[in-house]
This record gives sequence, structure tokens and C-alpha cells, in this order.
Amino acid sequence: MSKAVTAALKEKFPDAVQEVYEGVGGDDCAFVKKDAVAEVCRFLKEDPAMAFNMAPYVTAVDYLGQEPRFEVVYNLVSTRLNHRVRLRVKVPESDLEVPTVTHLWRGADWFERYCFDMYGIRFLGHPDMRRLFMYDEFVGHPLRKDYPLKGRQPLTAERNFRDLYRGPGPSGRD
Amino acid sequence: MAHEGKGTGGLDTTATPGSLGAGQPSHPIGTAPEAAFGEVPEAFSPREMDAPLHAKRMIVNMGPSHPAMHGVTRAVVALEGETIADMKLDIGFLHRGFEKSCENATWTQCFPYTDRLNYISAIMNNTGFALAVEKLCRLDIPDRAKYLRVVGSEIHRICDHLTLVSAMGLELGAMTVFLYGIEARDLLWDRLAELCGARLTSSYCRIGGVSRDAPEGWIEKTTASLDRVNELVGEISGLLTRNRIFLDRTRDTGKVSREDAIDLGFAGPCLRASGEPYDIRKAAPYLVYDRLDFDIPVGEHGDNFDRYLVRMEEIRQSDRILRQCFQQMEPGEIAVKDFHYVLPPKPQVYGTIEGLMAHFKLIMDGIQVPAGEAYSYTEAANGELGFYVVSDGGGRPYKLGLRAPGWPMLAALPYMVKGSLLADLIPTFDSINMIGGEVEQ
Repeated sequence: MSKAVTAALKEKFPDAVQEVYEGVGGDDCAFVKKDAVAEVCRFLKEDPAMAFNMAPYVTAVDYLGQEPRFEVVYNLVSTRLNHRVRLRVKVPESDLEVPTVTHLWRGADWFERYCFDMYGIRFLGHPDMRRLFMYDEFVGHPLRKDYPLKGRQPLTAERNFRDLYRGPGPSGRD
Repeated sequence: MAHEGKGTGGLDTTATPGSLGAGQPSHPIGTAPEAAFGEVPEAFSPREMDAPLHAKRMIVNMGPSHPAMHGVTRAVVALEGETIADMKLDIGFLHRGFEKSCENATWTQCFPYTDRLNYISAIMNNTGFALAVEKLCRLDIPDRAKYLRVVGSEIHRICDHLTLVSAMGLELGAMTVFLYGIEARDLLWDRLAELCGARLTSSYCRIGGVSRDAPEGWIEKTTASLDRVNELVGEISGLLTRNRIFLDRTRDTGKVSREDAIDLGFAGPCLRASGEPYDIRKAAPYLVYDRLDFDIPVGEHGDNFDRYLVRMEEIRQSDRILRQCFQQMEPGEIAVKDFHYVLPPKPQVYGTIEGLMAHFKLIMDGIQVPAGEAYSYTEAANGELGFYVVSDGGGRPYKLGLRAPGWPMLAALPYMVKGSLLADLIPTFDSINMIGGEVEQ
């Protein structure tokens, strides 16, 4: 991959782009400051030499124990110039709000909702910031590393019925 | 004399018949106070039940158990007459925690989970995941394994497209098409069963190669099956492509312009049907796609009919790819000879201490993938299948992000059907080929 994209990013945003590096397999990657992400994305979309017209994947990672804890990852592609870039945005646990990019790429809509559902990261300016997969009454964000693996969260209260296989017991025991 | 009930259509006899508000329930439907969580809401009053059908907005729930919603998606449709005024999707009924499960399994144990993403084309998911991990391991696999992966992927691409076309025919009333399509698909699934032991959930790939080689005579058998599949595809094409009913239902419905398709994040056949010639097999060739000669079909109008045509042509192109692979394939290794990644052969496990140790470590600890992160993308049947993998250097994925191919297309469904007839929702939903397994993870 060419280094043109990351070089241009570093030159255009010396402060907002903290670090650029070449990832595994030669991918172009850059760390971007949280508040500037919408601005950087606008440049990437609108500059004719960048022309990133699609955001095929936006996701988040929980690096529990590190500071800042969360990270939002934007994978962008230009179908016209056939190049890709990956932006990584660190999000501290104390301030889980990231500017949205849905006004630039409508396709990012459900990805951002997914990040909110699974990690609790809110996207400011998103038109419909609700959970995507889990139901609204669900407590917690399942993909966080400190979310327990075992347990139940039924949508309605479980009836205390006699379990033919395990015998009577308190409901919600596992 | 006030008599309510069926005969009067619930009309309030005290109001002038035909006047505004006559026959209306005391409060508009939908504004009744909502019952608290867990409480049973009050039943409709008889007046509300008997209200005449009026030409204002009506909310219709399609799914999650509607046959045309493929059993998992709930579409809340606001209708004005027969026109869709607004629509919202409610998904998650098939969510089973793919990412969380994978984070708590070894890298190799993730393969069965990836099978169940798009259960019609499992080998493509296996390949996508294997390529992502191999990218992180900086691993290059033997040529024969690459060809076998391509062969499996392309057979599954044909299966996937056949399923879409035949289900689309079925839901638009052409059952014969479905029978032809299923016959063709089963032929190919039988060949896959001979290749990897399973028809649907193949788990064929491994990190560093594939699980087994093609049995003797398999290539000739598959070529013969492909000939029969071609005949059946010709029959399907003859039944649908110039069929008046099919044309009326699919042409100019579910239209997406090229700009919208890109903006909405479309990929795969749906993107190409809108006129954008982007195919990852050509744009960023992986495995052996750069050695193969095939064309990318591109649509013109971006409607349901174009999406159907693009898929029919891709079936033929996959057939071309397969025949070229069979010619180019040479005997050789099917996996790397590195016991850090691939299980040693059984005589070595039982006969040598090194083999036993390698086996034990691989089973108990899993493959030790170097720390780092990578995003790998492949062209699956419905579009870009991406895996964002993060490793902390251990035997389990720290994060395994799945970019499901059908995700943005399903998200765009409300944009696509707004303003069209309710009947157009069915072919549109079919032509984006939403697979619950991958979209809802």
C-alpha cells in the first residue's frame, strides 16, 4: 500500500493525528484524537486525492486494564482509487462519547449502534442511538471484558416451574 | 337506540353519520397509556375493534415469524393504503454472541462458529477467518491449499446465489425454480460432503492450510456435477429472465443509485448491480485469484432485476473459475509443515515426543498468534466479509470483529422500500440476500 494517505493525514492534521504506522500486511493505520475524528473523516472523504467514499466497517475494542480503555476502529475504503486506511481512536472510560460519522457515510449507522450496544460508546449526533441486537431493557454491555460469561438476563421474569431434569430449585440459579 | 357491535361497524349513533370523528375510538390508536413493564396491557375496547377500515396510517408487523422475512427479522411497516410510508427494522432474534464466544475459544475452535455465520456458504467464512489469522501470523500457505480454498469458496458461491435465486422465485410464486435450484445446490453439496465430510457446516479450513485433500476422482465428479448445474441454471434462467410476472415484480423495484449504494456501504453483487465495479477478488486479490481469468458483471439500474442478473452471471463466472482451478491445481502439500500451527500427523504424535508435545500444546493452549491487530477482507457471496482480529499473543482471540456482508444492505432496506408498495418489499428483501446467521451474529 502506498504511504500517501498517512503522509497526507500527518501533514494536514499534525495535532489531531497522533501517530501513523504501517500495520501487519502493509495496511495504512493512524491514531486519531477523539474530538477530531469527524473532521479527519470529512477530509478523507472530500479530498479528491483521498476519496474514501465508503466506510465498510466500524467497530470497537475493549482494552481492559489499559488507559484509555476503549478504542473505536474505522476501516475506510475508496472504491475509486482502491486504497484503504484504518483509523484508531482511543476513548477513555470517563468520557464515552465520540462524534458520529453517519453524516459522511450513512452505511456507518448500524456499526455505531452496534458499538453502543456492545461497548456502551455513545456517538454524538447519531440520528438513532439505540441498541441494535439486545433488547432495550438489557443491563450492561456484553462485549466488555468485565461482563460476566455466565448468568441470565431474561426479558420477562422467569416463572418458577418444576424442572423435570434438574429438580426444583431457585429460579435464575445459573 | 344505541346498539354497538358488528352491525353498526362501531358507529357512534349520537354523532352524525359520516361526520369527522364518527366511528372513531375515543383516543387515536397508539396513544393509549402504555402498560408498565411486565403488566398485561388492557385489551382493545369493542369500539376500537369494530372501527371501520379507514385510509390512514396502519402499522403492520412483518415478522419475526413471517415466512418472507426468513424467520428472523421484524419489519415494522407504516402503511398508507398499500404504500409503505415508513419502515423500521427490529433485529437481534438470532443473536447468539459470535464475538463473545470466539473470544473465549482457541483460534482453531472459532472455525465451527464461523461456519454458522452464513450457513449456505460456510467455506467462504472459514477462508476469511483463516486469512485474517494468517495475516497476523505472517503465514503463507502452500499452493494446493490456496486452490482448494478457492474451489470450496466458489462452489459455495454458486450454492449461495442459487439459493437466493430460487428463494426469490419461490416467494414470487415460481415454485418450479425453487425445485431446480435445490436440485443443483444439493448436487454441489454432495460433492462438498465428499470433500470435507459435511454438507453445510464444513469447517474445511485450518490456520495454515485446509483439513483434507480432495479424494481420488473428485475433480472429474465435480466437473460432471457442474455440467448438470449449468443445465439447471439454464432452465432457471429460461423460467425467470423473460417471465412477465417476474419482470413486473422485480424491474424498477428496490432501486438504489450508484451514489446511494456506495454511501450506504453496499458490497458484493448489490453494489455491482448498482453500477460500481468493485470486487475484492480483483481490487485486492487474495489466494490465487490473480492467476484466474474471470469477469465482473455490473448492473445498470440497481433494481431487483439487476441484482438477480448479476448473480446469475456470477454463477457462470464461478463455474469458469472452478474449471480453471481444476486445470491449474497440482499435487502437493495441503498445509504448512510448521507444528506451531498445524497438528502433526498421527504416527508422529504416537511415535515421537516432539510430535506428542506439539499436539498437546496445540490442543490445550491453542495456536500462539503474535500480538497485534489486522483487518482482513474477502469477497464472500454477499459482499465484503471482514474480520478485525486483535491478538494479545495468546491462544485465544482478544477481539474478533466480524463485518458481516449483509449488514449494511439490511440496514438500508427502509431507504430502499420507502414509498413503494408493500408487495415490493418481498423481492427487495430477497434480492439483498439477508442471512440471519451472519447479520445477527
